[in-house]
Amino acid sequence: MDDQYNLRLYVAGQTPKSLAAIANLKWLCDSYLPGRHSVEIIDLIDEPQLAITDQIFALPTLVRRLPKPIKRIIGDLSKMERVLVGLDIEVRSAP
Amino acid sequence: MEAEQPAPRLAKAPTGIPGLDEVLLGGVPAGRPTLICGSAGCGKTLLGMTFLVNGATQFGEPGLFVSFEETPQDLAENVASLGFDVPGLIAANKLAIDHIRIERSEIEESGDYDLEGLFVRLGYAIDRIGARRVVLDTLEALFANLSNQAILRAELHRLFGWLKERGVTAVITGERGESTLTRYGLEEYISDCVILLDNRVEDQVTTRRLRIVKFRGSAHGTNEYPFLLDDQGITVVPLSSAGLGHQVSDGVVSTGVAGLDAMLGLGGIYRGSSILISGVPGSGKTILGASFAAAACTRGERCMFFSFEESAELLVRNVASVGIDLQQHVKSGLLRFETKRPTAFGFEMHLAHMQRELDRFQPSAVIVDPVTSFRGPDSEVHALLLRMMDILKTRGITTVFTSLTSSEERVAQSDFGLSSLMDTWIFLVDIESNGERNRGLYALKSRGMSHSNQIREYLLTSDGVRLVKAYLGVAGVLMGSARLAKEAQERVDTQQQREEVERVRRDIASRRAATERQIAELQTEIARQDAEAARLIAQEECREMVLETDRAAMGASRGVHGNGKDKSSPPSQIPSNPRASASSVSGT
Repeated sequence: MDDQYNLRLYVAGQTPKSLAAIANLKWLCDSYLPGRHSVEIIDLIDEPQLAITDQIFALPTLVRRLPKPIKRIIGDLSKMERVLVGLDIEVRSAP
Repeated sequence: MEAEQPAPRLAKAPTGIPGLDEVLLGGVPAGRPTLICGSAGCGKTLLGMTFLVNGATQFGEPGLFVSFEETPQDLAENVASLGFDVPGLIAANKLAIDHIRIERSEIEESGDYDLEGLFVRLGYAIDRIGARRVVLDTLEALFANLSNQAILRAELHRLFGWLKERGVTAVITGERGESTLTRYGLEEYISDCVILLDNRVEDQVTTRRLRIVKFRGSAHGTNEYPFLLDDQGITVVPLSSAGLGHQVSDGVVSTGVAGLDAMLGLGGIYRGSSILISGVPGSGKTILGASFAAAACTRGERCMFFSFEESAELLVRNVASVGIDLQQHVKSGLLRFETKRPTAFGFEMHLAHMQRELDRFQPSAVIVDPVTSFRGPDSEVHALLLRMMDILKTRGITTVFTSLTSSEERVAQSDFGLSSLMDTWIFLVDIESNGERNRGLYALKSRGMSHSNQIREYLLTSDGVRLVKAYLGVAGVLMGSARLAKEAQERVDTQQQREEVERVRRDIASRRAATERQIAELQTEIARQDAEAARLIAQEECREMVLETDRAAMGASRGVHGNGKDKSSPPSQIPSNPRASASSVSGT
């Protein structure tokens, strides 16, 4: 499904940036991707090796695993228009 | 966890790179970050990798290589030719490579972030293998691919602090900037030790140089040190280690040419000294060098022959024609040839190569043939040769340098001012006269020993180099056929002179004989005259006696005429006066 978004958010602990990113992602999914997204939140404190395998260096990082190609958005996702551009989400209706 | 305190101040982590540790007086600061900056292709990555591999293999310190540019496969392949078994070290958990791939096209920035991901990765990898050394090559990829410089700068500051806290010895590479050491000013964060690599092309020859820009809390060499990258990895050639503190030897070694030894007051040259053999083309410089090599090997010493013009095979064959057998010494392992085209690489590489080979082979005698094959700016060639000499002298190696001169007048220019550094300077000259060229040899100088000031003629015979006494006459030095002719002439002259003397001697003898004959004749005459005189006297006496007798008889017969006077004169008186009577007789 082209429309199915598989997203992963990498954070390290409960930092303000992590929490902001989680909140922003939740808001985004609810607003633009209702019913067509799956989100995984990975805390690198628990699984540091994933930072290597998934090529993470900045935090928080949101990775769009599907649809291809892979996209990465680094930051706390506070600039929503950059996130939408980065994820290639067409804004069909105003939130 | 690393509970390592930065306990001993100025603890150093040796790099294991030949020469670099000398320049750094031990190594890079242990437990602190060191910045290595330089332009593209000057060996930053290789230096970093060598630091880690040496750390893992020589100093028991596992290392982590964080690459922002090259993949682990590329890195491993690039250093495989140096004998670095990166996959093996990785398998043994002595080395880890983490490739941080930053693809600008797939990254979007939105809002605030930090580099905690990098810290997590580093921390994980360091803990996994217990890394004591970390290389970050090169952090600038972050700046090139991420736009928020403020965040990056803050995070880098945090990163270096964090690395120090972990107590790992970090090497961070950075690309050289226009007017700054690194393009993104990494030097602002790393204040402990900064090493600058430089790659300059002059006269189409690349020279790599290294300089310690700063080293907080430690003394360090301050010069630009040449270094080389080749199949042996990195070798730094420290200038400062070359000084005048050579070992001085009183031992004398033969030059391999008996006549030349005899010219030098001590019967050879001092061990550890240097001889320069200057000569025109075809004067036999290489042969003299080969003689020296053969003599050293015959003494059982190791000898290294740096040939910049002839290949080893060619040289061995050529000198065999004058009876110098180098092949046996090559076989026995006492003689090694190092043949490299002078233009094959820059001076620094030549030097570093030489230094490395000397350290490996440990020869006691070296031939450099010829030094004049190095072309380039005079100041650089001079510096090269100066350092070459220092390298040799500090090792106490007896060295023969050969130098090509185009003609005698240009002695001063052609030797790069090298002659003043030499202990002995032998000059080979071509003497042209009477339509032939002859080889002459003289010792221009020989420090610390008396030496002949004569020009000797030398011959390249099938038994090696042979010196013959040059003809020295009032007409000057004669050589070759002129000498032979003069010698023949002299032999004729001598013969003639000998004959003349003989003739004079005979003449004198015969004259003496004539004189003696005259003397004899005169003496005979004297004898004859004496005899005559005696005969006359005897005759006279006899006659007087007869007269007396007659008178007596006459007196007796007369009788009357006898008087006293006649009687008074006794007859005994008669013989008492014979002479007067005789003289009166002869007087009549």
